[in-house]
Amino acid sequence: MLQGALDMLILRSLVIGPAHGHTIAHAIEHGSDRVLQVEHGSLYPALHRLEDRELVASFWGTSENNRKAKYYRLTPSGRKMLAAETSRWEQLVRAIGQVMATD
Amino acid sequence: MAWTRFFRRNRRDDEAAREIASYIAIETDDNIARGLSPQAAHDAAVRKFGNATKVREEIYWMNTVRPVDTIWQDLKYAARLLKRDKGFAAAAILSLALGIGANTAIFQLLDAVRLRTLPVTDPQELAVIHFPRGSKLSGRFSSRMPFMTSAQVDELRKQRLDDVFSGLFAWSSLQLNTATGGEVRNADTLWVSGETFDVLGVRPAIGRLITPGDDRPGCGSPPAVLSYAYWQRAFGGSPSALGQTVRLDGTQFDIVGVAAPGFFGVDVGRQFDVAIPLCADALLPSSRGRIESRGNFWLAVVGRLRPGQTVSSATDRLIAVSPAIMAATVPDGYTSEGQKQYKDNKLNARAASSGLSDLREQFAQPLFVLLAATGLVLLIACANLANLLLARATARQREIAIRLAIGASRLRIVGQLLIESVLLAVVGTVLGMVVARALTTILMAQLAAGMGSLFLDLSWNMTVFAFTAAVAGAACLLFGLAPAMQATALAPVLALKAGGRGISEARGRFGLRKALVVAQVALSLVLLIGALLFGQTLYNVLSIDAGFDQQVIQVELSHPSLQPEDPVQLQIVREDLRQRIAAAPGIADAVLVNNAPLTGNWRNEYVFAEGKPDKALANFSTVGPNYFEALGVPIVKGRPFSAADTLNAAPVAVVNETFAKKFFPDREVVGNQIWIEVAEGTPVTKIEVVGISRDTKYGDIREDFDPVVHLPMAQNSDGRLVRILVKPRGRMDGVMATITREVGRANPAISIEMRVIGQSVRDGLVRERLMAALSAAFGALAGLLAAIGIYGVMSYTVTRRANEIGIRLAMGASRSGVLRLVIVEAVWLVGIGLVIGAALGLGAANAARSLLFGLQPTDPVTIGAAIALLATIGFVASYLPARRASRVDPMNVLRQE
Repeated sequence: MLQGALDMLILRSLVIGPAHGHTIAHAIEHGSDRVLQVEHGSLYPALHRLEDRELVASFWGTSENNRKAKYYRLTPSGRKMLAAETSRWEQLVRAIGQVMATD
Repeated sequence: MAWTRFFRRNRRDDEAAREIASYIAIETDDNIARGLSPQAAHDAAVRKFGNATKVREEIYWMNTVRPVDTIWQDLKYAARLLKRDKGFAAAAILSLALGIGANTAIFQLLDAVRLRTLPVTDPQELAVIHFPRGSKLSGRFSSRMPFMTSAQVDELRKQRLDDVFSGLFAWSSLQLNTATGGEVRNADTLWVSGETFDVLGVRPAIGRLITPGDDRPGCGSPPAVLSYAYWQRAFGGSPSALGQTVRLDGTQFDIVGVAAPGFFGVDVGRQFDVAIPLCADALLPSSRGRIESRGNFWLAVVGRLRPGQTVSSATDRLIAVSPAIMAATVPDGYTSEGQKQYKDNKLNARAASSGLSDLREQFAQPLFVLLAATGLVLLIACANLANLLLARATARQREIAIRLAIGASRLRIVGQLLIESVLLAVVGTVLGMVVARALTTILMAQLAAGMGSLFLDLSWNMTVFAFTAAVAGAACLLFGLAPAMQATALAPVLALKAGGRGISEARGRFGLRKALVVAQVALSLVLLIGALLFGQTLYNVLSIDAGFDQQVIQVELSHPSLQPEDPVQLQIVREDLRQRIAAAPGIADAVLVNNAPLTGNWRNEYVFAEGKPDKALANFSTVGPNYFEALGVPIVKGRPFSAADTLNAAPVAVVNETFAKKFFPDREVVGNQIWIEVAEGTPVTKIEVVGISRDTKYGDIREDFDPVVHLPMAQNSDGRLVRILVKPRGRMDGVMATITREVGRANPAISIEMRVIGQSVRDGLVRERLMAALSAAFGALAGLLAAIGIYGVMSYTVTRRANEIGIRLAMGASRSGVLRLVIVEAVWLVGIGLVIGAALGLGAANAARSLLFGLQPTDPVTIGAAIALLATIGFVASYLPARRASRVDPMNVLRQE
């Protein structure tokens, strides 16, 4: 999985609101109808990197079933980064689609 | 940012662990909700997560600075390993500490004595102006160094050398008495010409320094400048010192300033307490008339070269102006031949950035030799350590092979092994600095005893520190790298084979260990040879028979009342003091002398003998009539001096055996005449030889016997000091107090200086004592290290060949046969080492031949003894493992296969 894409997916899944790693992992998996099978463990280094770049911020909270979990939320610069990445991705998709559609 | 993360990395790691645990818990809950059993739910959750350890590792590595973390981990691991192997660690650290410490101590001394530049402005521009070695000068000298007379310095100034030197100054040093009677209390005095401080660029700490205006003929009221150290010591560093006076040799000097701290003069190894202008020589009661005398070489001259001038260009100019200077300064009383010789002398220039030094002349070479010796000791210690580390690395062969097999880079493992060496080196160095400090203190104390006073700036500086670090680093590489490289060189396959014999068979690696032992033996032999040679030298020097009883005290008395103009009066005054002392309890005899043997005072003249056309040099000693009896010098022919040899009687002399042989080789000596060479026009005084005395040493106890002429005190009186040799009756204690008391009764204002001749001589042998003691210590250390090395390797041999030995024994070999087998291998190793070592040792001994006395560097007895000693050590060290080999139980060994 392209690392850049993973970062973007994580940021996207936080748009609705803060979530912890488990939720994010399942959101990506289910949101893509199980097409994107991310090894759930590999999410955490990515989250860690995003936190170091200050695109997300973390805090410890309680989950739905009363477990302690580390929550992440988007920071303003995270939001900006998401917007930039999204438009870049759409550009890319359009370009590939154009090439693939020529015949 | 990276560093904040680095220091928080463990906390971050904990948090990550918790986060992972939290995921597992939530997923497990979900799985249970989907209907799985708790155990199955948990397992599924773990599987879903993936490789938890890898994730944690990845996060950890994101938080850390990789190289630092690696090194830190390696350090902790190395420390743990060393703690487990305390014996090895202690041995390694100790040998490193001794090796590095000894090297640092000697280097520190060498640096202070030889290498360091003077603490003045631009020392590299300074040049000494002097008469080079081999110049033909005669007269009075203050020291071994080739100084100039006042007249010569004045002439030098008159020559137009401003284009070569931007400044010139002259200085001299002497001790002057600050006490007012009774036992002397000396201050080290520096005599300086007016521009000295200016040219050197020294600043005052308080007040002012001596200026050209202070150094005028006649001197007026001369100023004194204190050294910073003396100011602290004697005046407590108080500014009120300015304006006070200091009394030198009875004359008052006004204190006008204190020199900047750190300035000790230009003579390395000495420091001064008080500096006074040269002109003060005219004012002192004990003035030796050094300024007026054209034959008194008491001034050292230093010039500051202008930019663009070099020592050789200065020398050329000096040679060019020398004839003019010498022609204008010929001393009185020279024969025409003597005058010609004098005028032929030429002045030279020599670099002086590190000062002039009597200390350096004496000790530079021994210090270099000692540095080489400590270097060898360190090498031997490193060889030992390398062997030990090789052995350890071999033991860890499996572990290393596994690491290599699962993907560790060779570099990483070599790094880890090196860290272990680095840790040992660092701890060894720290300990070594302690050793160095202790050793330096001891060495300084020894040197100071022999040199009179001694002052060296031994504070830590960058040079010494850099040296120590370099030595430690080199040692580390030496003993750490080879084992590390070797340990990782083997393919893992061979190492992991069952039985592990693959490694031990590798000939290459064992060759290295054997080579190390051979090297150790060779180097140890060199050190042992050195130790025995210097030890023998010391013994030879201490056994020199000076020809007289050295257990006498030389007493020097000075006071204006002891220098009446009338020679008859002079005799009476001296004889009075002598009798007082001789009559005191505890004293056997007292003898008046002008110069006592082996005390650094000498006088020589050219002498003619009856029937011998050529003149030759002889030493002179003016002594009282009871001299020979008091000092235990037998008269082999004729008679000693008697009461009949008065001022008005015929002049007589007693010569020693060497004189007799040299001047009267085939004729009767007693009854014949000799006379001293004098300038043309002066009447010659013929002296009758009345007796021959047994040879006694004159100047230096190490020199051969010189021809000596003894003259009676009654017929020759000169000199401004009263010197009396006192022979105690029985014990030496309390005699000095008795002398002080008796002299005090005559006149308490008389200054007294006393020393035991035997003690002075012994102190003067400090160089031999130092070399003997240190080389013995290093030799012993080397022998010990070599023994350990041999033992270690032979032990290893036995272990390695345990199978082979077991098989041999099982097949019928005798135990003594096995013993022989092992010993033979050891004999080979040690033998080769001895041969190499003997060759190296002979070369080294030859290089140091000037430090030996009484024996040749190739002395076969000494070298043979050293070889025998080391061979014995080697034999004993290998006997123990050999015996172990012969006790091997074949069944045990073969079963292990």
